[in-house]
Formats: sequence, C-alpha cells, structure tokens
Amino acid sequence: MRVLPFGDDAVLVELDDLAQVRALDDAVRAARSRGGWDAVVDQVPAARTLLLRGSGPVEHAALAAAVHGLELGSAHHAVGPELELPVTYDGPDLADVAQATGRSVEEVVRRHTARLYTVAFGGFMPGFAYLVGLDPVLQVPRLASPRERVPAGSVAIADEFSAVYPAATPGGWRLLGRCATTLWDLEREQPALLVPGTRVRFVATPR
Amino acid sequence: MTALEVLAPGVLALVEDLGRPGYAHMGVGRSGAADPGALRLANRLVANPASHAGIEVLLGGLRLRALGPVTVALAGARGTALVDGRPVGRDAVLEVPDGGELVLGTATRGLRTYLAVRGGIDVPPVLGSRSTDRLAGVGPAPLAAGDVLPVGAPPTDLPAIDLAPVPTWPDEVVVPVRPGPHADWFVDGLATLTSRAGYRATPASDRVAVRLDGPVVARTPRAAGAELKPVGLVPGAVQIPPDGRPVVFGADHPVTGGYPVLAVVRSSALGAMAQLRPGEAVRFVLAG
Repeated sequence: MRVLPFGDDAVLVELDDLAQVRALDDAVRAARSRGGWDAVVDQVPAARTLLLRGSGPVEHAALAAAVHGLELGSAHHAVGPELELPVTYDGPDLADVAQATGRSVEEVVRRHTARLYTVAFGGFMPGFAYLVGLDPVLQVPRLASPRERVPAGSVAIADEFSAVYPAATPGGWRLLGRCATTLWDLEREQPALLVPGTRVRFVATPR
Repeated sequence: MTALEVLAPGVLALVEDLGRPGYAHMGVGRSGAADPGALRLANRLVANPASHAGIEVLLGGLRLRALGPVTVALAGARGTALVDGRPVGRDAVLEVPDGGELVLGTATRGLRTYLAVRGGIDVPPVLGSRSTDRLAGVGPAPLAAGDVLPVGAPPTDLPAIDLAPVPTWPDEVVVPVRPGPHADWFVDGLATLTSRAGYRATPASDRVAVRLDGPVVARTPRAAGAELKPVGLVPGAVQIPPDGRPVVFGADHPVTGGYPVLAVVRSSALGAMAQLRPGEAVRFVLAG
C-alpha cells in the first residue's frame, strides 16, 4: 500500500488489487462512521486505488498514518446490503455472447444469475456501478464500436464487470437484458441504489 | 416574495454555491463555483454565509430585474455593469430598487463573474447543494429568460464594508502546482510543465476542464504503452492524455479519469485557472 499526496485536499492510496481496494474502502467507511475521521468527506474507490478527499486542505502525513493504522478485514467479511435485481434476459447481444463463449443462451443466463456480485466502484455516470464477481466464462471484450444509445435499465457485461445502466447513454458493453429497478433517484436520501460494497444477485424473470 | 427575474441569461449563467461533497462514490462530483474565491468575496460583501448560492456568469450579457429591493455584489471577472443604466463597480455593495434592472457587460479581464444577492439564490437544493453540475446533470438548469429566482431571507449580519480591495488583475497568470501521483510516468514531466515557455488555454475549455496548448509532455519509454486503470480525480488535477497536451480539471470534473496525473494545481489557484480566457497564457510553477 502506498499513500500519495493528491493536491492540497486529498491522498491517493495505491493498492495491489480490487480486493484490497474493497477492504480499505470498507475500513475507511467504518472508521468514518465511528467518528474521528472528519478530515475525509469523499472516498472514491477505483480499480487499484482509493481516493480520500477532505472538504479543504488535509494533513497528508497524518492522513497517511491513519490509513496505515487501519485494520483491514478480508473482503469476504464485508457486509454490504444484499439486493436482488430482476432481469428480463432478451438483450441484443445475448446471442453474440453465447457464440463468443461457445455456450448456449440458456447457459449464459444461468451463469450470469448464478453469481453473487459486489459493487466495486462507480464513476462513469451518476448511479452507475461496476459489479465484480462475473463468471470468468462470460468475460468478453467491449464492442468494437460503442452504441450511440444504450437504453436505461440495460443489464450489461464487459471484461471482468457487469453493470446496469441507470440512464440512457452511449456505451460499449454487451447487453444481456433489462432491469426495471430504479437505480438512481434524486428523491431518495441515498440516490444511488448500488454503492461500493453493495452485493447484488440477478434473478431471471420470464420474458 | 423577493426574487430576481431573468430577462436575458447571456452566454451561460448558472446557479452555483460551494458544491456538493459526499457523493463522489455514487458518480456525482462536488461541482460548485468554478472560482470559489470570487463567490466567497461576493457573498461576504452582502454579509451572506459563505455557503449561499449565487450566479456564475460566463463572459457577460446577463440581465436581471429585481422583484423587490435587493442588495447585490459582483466579483470575479472585470467588466462593466449597469443598474438602471448607471455604471456600477465590482467588489462593491450595490442596492437595486424594486423593479430595477441589472445588466452585466462583457468581461474585459477574466471569464466568470459572480453575483451574490443578500439572502442567497433560494432555489431548492439537490443533494444538499444548489450547484449546477454540467457533467453529471445534477442541480438547477442553466438560467433562461423568464426564470424567477427566489431570494432567501436576509441574514442577521449587515454588510460591514462598501467596497473590497482586490489586487489588480495579473498580466501574467502564474499557477502553483504540486507533483501529482503519476509524475514518474513522464520524461522531465514537471520541468516541461513548469517551463518558461508556458501554455495557452484553448477554446475547448469549460467547467469540466481547461485544455492547454504548449510544450508536449512525453512519457518515459517504460510508460509509453501503459494503460492506467481509472483513478479518482480532484479539481486541479493535471492529466496528460496520449497527445501530451495537459488537461486541467475544473469544478465539474469527472469523478474518475483514465490518464496519468502529472501535477495538481494548488487549491488557492483554482480560481485563476477558471478565469483563463481562450488563448490566454498561463505559466505553472512548482510549489509544496
């Protein structure tokens, strides 16, 4: 673990892998909820890093020491909420994914619904969550040329990730189906349904 | 109810306060005034709390009518302004009578003028802030002719001064930076960034980022083909895309970015970056 100054207001923690990012993100969030971590008001987990940002200038050395002093639990012990997302598997890329992986459409759906996913990080757009835990058999590259418009609610995969698009946007992920659950709602106190640490199960609904 | 009626928004006028902390992990950045120091000054002149929302005016052309008497102040960019046809100064406490009209001319120095009104712009907050985030699409829409902006109850404090002394606008914009987390991806990256030759802001600059033209920052052979996994960003992060031309993120920066960060602008200089006009020169110096 390396803790680097990132401007006057933040530090960037570099970690070896996503599991460590998840563990540290959870540990910092737990420490903040216990109090005494007022220096941090925003934490941004990403693939190999965790950004910790204050509301103003931070003492980089003190914050680094506090980060090093945290007890990191195993990612397996993380206790984010667990949600079920109903999915209608009729996406335009379902057949292509089946062909690319040499499996039947039914097996692609079975493998996509068999796993428990964890929200690793967000960042692409409000409410968008990168879910890890995808079956390695289903790891396929992004589309060579992104779609101009991916409909809201599209359930998609790319590389090691799965996701649900909270709103319509251009996008290059492979679309497996649709989910009617509202992922982003500014009327909610926590507008994003899926935040880092949340665990997700996809459940197939009849077409 | 006291309010401001928008007669013309000009180029682009946005409601902004000091931003929206605490939602970055959901993909929503802080946003807020691009030149927070100027908004703070305007609020201080009318004795508002620092957190009150004002109007950020790009270049000029904003025309407002006061519905009820209001006390306002203008700070940030330099340029003319009129109250009922009478020229008024910047960095000063201005009284606009009921029905009075405030017109902002085109800025002559700088890019963004901040208008604070005593009581603050009292549109409904979104996630605890009244700021418009142009990238995330969160917060009030840009002002349009016909909008009526409610003004909040006046604070108990009274304006303490009529006029704030401000330094003259610099002829050369000098911006201090700290080394960023990926400075070692580049061949003499910080030396290139801080060279005397300096950079110029390009027209492709906005609240998301100021894009610069000038000395190209080259990657080391080891980093030449490397891909950076996305990392969280802060305003002032100086990112170097593959073409080697620095991009300096602003208030509406994306929450994460995929190119290495060579340096980070000191927070005290974020306003100076936001006030750079297209074509204007900027020189970076290493500090801290």
